[in-house]
Amino acid sequence: MYSASDFRKGLKVQIDGEPYIMTDFSFSKPGKGQALYRARLRNMITGNAFEKTFRSNDKLEKAALEERTMQYLYCQGEEYIFMDNVSFEQLEISKAQLGDAVNFLTDNMDVEVLQYNGRPIGVTLPNFVNLKVTQSDPWVKGDTSGSDSKPVTLETGYVVQVPPFIEEGDKLQIDTRTGVYVTRVKE
Amino acid sequence: MRGKVPDVMPLAKSPTPNPSRQGRGVKVKADPKPGPCATTMIPIHGLRLRAVLIQALRNFFIDRGYLEVETPLRIPAPAPEAHIVPLSSESWYLQTSPELCMKRLLAAGIPKLFQICKCFRKGERGDRHLPEFTMLEWYGAGSDYLGLMADCEALLRYLAAAMDKGGVLAWQGRKIALDPEWERITVAEAFRRYAPCSMEEALVRDRFDELLVEYVEPHLGLITPTFLYDYPAELGALARLSPVDPTVAERFELYVAGLELANGFSELVDSAEQRVRFLAEQEGIRLQGREPGPMPEVFLAGLETMPSAAGIALGVDRLVMLFAGADHIDQVVAFMPEGL
Repeated sequence: MYSASDFRKGLKVQIDGEPYIMTDFSFSKPGKGQALYRARLRNMITGNAFEKTFRSNDKLEKAALEERTMQYLYCQGEEYIFMDNVSFEQLEISKAQLGDAVNFLTDNMDVEVLQYNGRPIGVTLPNFVNLKVTQSDPWVKGDTSGSDSKPVTLETGYVVQVPPFIEEGDKLQIDTRTGVYVTRVKE
Repeated sequence: MRGKVPDVMPLAKSPTPNPSRQGRGVKVKADPKPGPCATTMIPIHGLRLRAVLIQALRNFFIDRGYLEVETPLRIPAPAPEAHIVPLSSESWYLQTSPELCMKRLLAAGIPKLFQICKCFRKGERGDRHLPEFTMLEWYGAGSDYLGLMADCEALLRYLAAAMDKGGVLAWQGRKIALDPEWERITVAEAFRRYAPCSMEEALVRDRFDELLVEYVEPHLGLITPTFLYDYPAELGALARLSPVDPTVAERFELYVAGLELANGFSELVDSAEQRVRFLAEQEGIRLQGREPGPMPEVFLAGLETMPSAAGIALGVDRLVMLFAGADHIDQVVAFMPEGL
């Protein structure tokens, strides 16, 4: 069971027997009032989403999903192709089902494919991935614009906030659970 | 003193990559959860602005004859509050607010005092919350909540001038004017205007906080800052009740661009009445499955000699967010807990 304090984007839960993913989450607490955990939940099978405000003592069941390790091969339009390293079986997962994961997929990456009743409905990525910066405004030494971060584009098309000294060609470690920059990695 | 952010800022030393985070599969600590800002990015610009703002804050109070004090962070008996959970420090607690000590100083004969200090609240983490955060509290003997509202107006206008804001704060796409008269609206009126049911009904159905956050708060402080005042009596445990309407406590909250900034009230100085309120809060704590801490006996005894006064708590990190145009509290503090 997950308690409200465990709630975060990307959490996979089970409601009325069906798997849901928390696509958005925010914590509020009006002065002297109770903590409020507002979440947006998307049904991983139907794609239907709803919003609900939870309280401190509320809990949600963990999603009962089967996992299998597969390798990402390539994408064809809206379909992403994965292959089982042992059986060489291939399957397709749609861009909609992958959700935010498309921002971090690189060729030959191993992921956990999540299945419900034998059907693939999403993936869990490794906690960290390394991605190359493909577009960035150049860093001018002595730049006093006073900004603590700037946006850059990564090889997957994902845009991320990074420190001002990051340049095109740099390889960055990204936390896939939150989508934030962790550090620059040396090749 | 003009609190200007310096024009030429030496470039920050780039953070060296943390070797323990390199490589795949290295797990970040499971608790607390990572926030939307990178744990390794230090917001240097935000910190410089923060330092200048806090100095201006100090000057405002010193110029007006307030004494700056430092009271213990670690105390044996925090004020019991149903929805604020203190962190333990062995058999004592880290303060959730310096309120009890500040009031004892008022009772000891310091008529005007302020403090900028860390407060600790368990489980509070989000875009606008940190479990360890910075609070500004000020108290004035002989003042009341209307006097505090006037203080807030003077304070924000002073800070805006010191930071060259031209009387306007820009935040999340909104421009809030500080110079015209600020909006004042009672909690009951705000519910009438913005919420799907009345304040009374919201209380009865235990939906007050939810409806306040979802329907009311987004409308507050959008043109000028807004004072939301006259809270229901049951939501002002340390506040004096209105002599005109005892169902209402002389408590207000200050909102700027929908952001809750400060909480102030005319102080309750009746020790017996305060004990009754504390007992009710302790009951509220038990109802949530927690054990309350000790009753603050020394504080209650000290109330006997406390003068009539008013006091207020203002979130300094949030104040910096407003002046820095920062959407997220992580952008105005040196380190978030997840980055330690």
